[in-house]
Amino acid sequence: MTDTASGEGRHGALPALLWKIVKILASVALTFLGLLLVTFLIGRVVPVDPVLAVVGDRASQSVYDRVFIELGLDKPLYEQFWIYLQKILSGDLGTSFLTKKPIVEDIARVFPATLELATVAILIGTIFGIPLGVLAAVRQGKLSDQIVRVVGLIGYSAPIFWLGLLGLLIFYARLHWVAGPGRIDISYEYSITPRTGLMLWDSAMQGQWDAFRNAFSHIILPAALLGYYSLAYISRMTRSFMLAELAQEYIITARVKGVAEWRIIWVHALRNAAVPLVTVVALSYAGLLEGSVLTETVFAWPGLGQYLTNSLQNADMNAVLGGTLVIGAIFVGLNLLSDLLYTLLDPRVRRR
Amino acid sequence: MSTREWLLTEQPASRRQARLGQTYRTWLAFTHNRLAMVGLGIVLVLVVVAVLAPWLAPYDPIVGGSLRTERLLAPSWQHLMGTDDQARDILSRIIHGSRITLLVVALVAVIATPIGLLVGTTAGYYGGWVDTVLMRITDIFLAFPRLILALAFVAALGPGIENAIIAIAITSWPPYARLARAETLTIRTADHIDAIRLQGAHSARIIWGHVVPLCLSSVIVRVTLDMAGIILTAAGLGFLGLGAQPPQPEWGAMIAGGRRFILDHWWVATMPGLAIFVVSLGFNFLGDGLRDVLDPKAHK
Repeated sequence: MTDTASGEGRHGALPALLWKIVKILASVALTFLGLLLVTFLIGRVVPVDPVLAVVGDRASQSVYDRVFIELGLDKPLYEQFWIYLQKILSGDLGTSFLTKKPIVEDIARVFPATLELATVAILIGTIFGIPLGVLAAVRQGKLSDQIVRVVGLIGYSAPIFWLGLLGLLIFYARLHWVAGPGRIDISYEYSITPRTGLMLWDSAMQGQWDAFRNAFSHIILPAALLGYYSLAYISRMTRSFMLAELAQEYIITARVKGVAEWRIIWVHALRNAAVPLVTVVALSYAGLLEGSVLTETVFAWPGLGQYLTNSLQNADMNAVLGGTLVIGAIFVGLNLLSDLLYTLLDPRVRRR
Repeated sequence: MSTREWLLTEQPASRRQARLGQTYRTWLAFTHNRLAMVGLGIVLVLVVVAVLAPWLAPYDPIVGGSLRTERLLAPSWQHLMGTDDQARDILSRIIHGSRITLLVVALVAVIATPIGLLVGTTAGYYGGWVDTVLMRITDIFLAFPRLILALAFVAALGPGIENAIIAIAITSWPPYARLARAETLTIRTADHIDAIRLQGAHSARIIWGHVVPLCLSSVIVRVTLDMAGIILTAAGLGFLGLGAQPPQPEWGAMIAGGRRFILDHWWVATMPGLAIFVVSLGFNFLGDGLRDVLDPKAHK
């Protein structure tokens, strides 16, 4: 997302790195400002009258006028944006129409569920995706390469909410292998003290192994589906990075020296492919946020995605825009993280 | 001399023959890719089914049969994919739904591609602050996950198929702009562009007449690769009740409709999902094959 390649050479070794990080941070700040502008403008084009949303449609004209002024709707647009900016930056996303609570509080409450789901999913996606990609690269053009390719394309093509429904039908209703929708059975719900809000972590830390098993049985199906989605992307990128590495001269040198083939592949080549892979994993982690909206709806998972769709269906515009903004900010943050990691890990980028 | 030999000759006699020969070679390479041919087949079937929908569908897609006797029938020879809770034939609904899917894909491509091309080529051709501003805007749009941004737009514009198409188009153009800009950066320094500029051609004319056509093929490949994503986003919006509204036979909305009784009547939600899956797999196979053939870097 940023121009990491256009670093300046006229600074020394360390200042060059610092300069690059400052540049990345500045561009992130600009992007974030843009995010705010977009959500602000979306909020302005809504056909729903923001005043009516506050006072209800039975209010008298004088109440309407007073709220109109209070909301600052009489001011010019740029001034309204300035006020909006100040509010957001001080951590105020407004109040939810539906829950009557500050949106920041709401999001803080639902966010751990999404974080937990996405983290388990990315673990699954990475653990299976990278070896599959390496396998496909090593056996380029062979049957196993084709199979990995098709498995990936299927992951790209199946609607995730449909896979979720089928998964529930087969593994929950018919085979009884996993627990159904929700995060945990109701009987365990109050036996765990929420510390981090991450069910698996909390239950394991408190030694509640029954609850842990139950929570695991709930999370495994949605996480596996989301993980499959990121596996498709990770394995594909691993394959192309590995192909690029395996064509390099140092690989030939290693072969000539008689290094074992598995060592060449899994140590020499993969270590170099790992640098861009960090970026890929960070990006697909961000992509999971998107998939989680639909997955959470299917699995009644009380996370950010479900909060967003719930607010949408109840025309709670403040909450929708707040959620959109938070997801956008996380997305930008993960992009930033991957840019910084890339800059720090890759000696070539660092030196330039 | 057979047509084939004429096309594949090493010494083409005319520019037309050379160009046709090149196209034919690309086509040969494409037909060699079995998955790509499967993809092309699926997409062609989709188009044919969409065009002939009223003649192919055995039943009416909106008005169901007898609510007393024909509700939620399992797949049989009468109803190949069963019937839904309003006694409508699911196969007929899927056949008619192909029109909506095709409409979404076509309209999004028609709206988003020119926007992306215009922004990208303008940024790349002028460079400087124009480039900075335009690419910054592109980055902002790329900073939202696509479905989330589309959700926010539909929430603002109100649910419905037209608004869903607009929202998806608004979220689709940034990657095309990126790509078009990258292509333009290499094209704008070419000699023939200099020559045209020296003849006094206006910048707008150079961009539309000479830069855009050269960017077109790579952008089209990218759009084809994106079509599966567009279908899935539209289906996702439909599933959330924000896309096409009932009783329109949109596939995503049909899945949402069958969701309530998935455990007892699995076919109602499964069949439309299968249709989405097959069609987006087709577009993915096709796009993958096109990229292999048209991307010079991918040649082995």
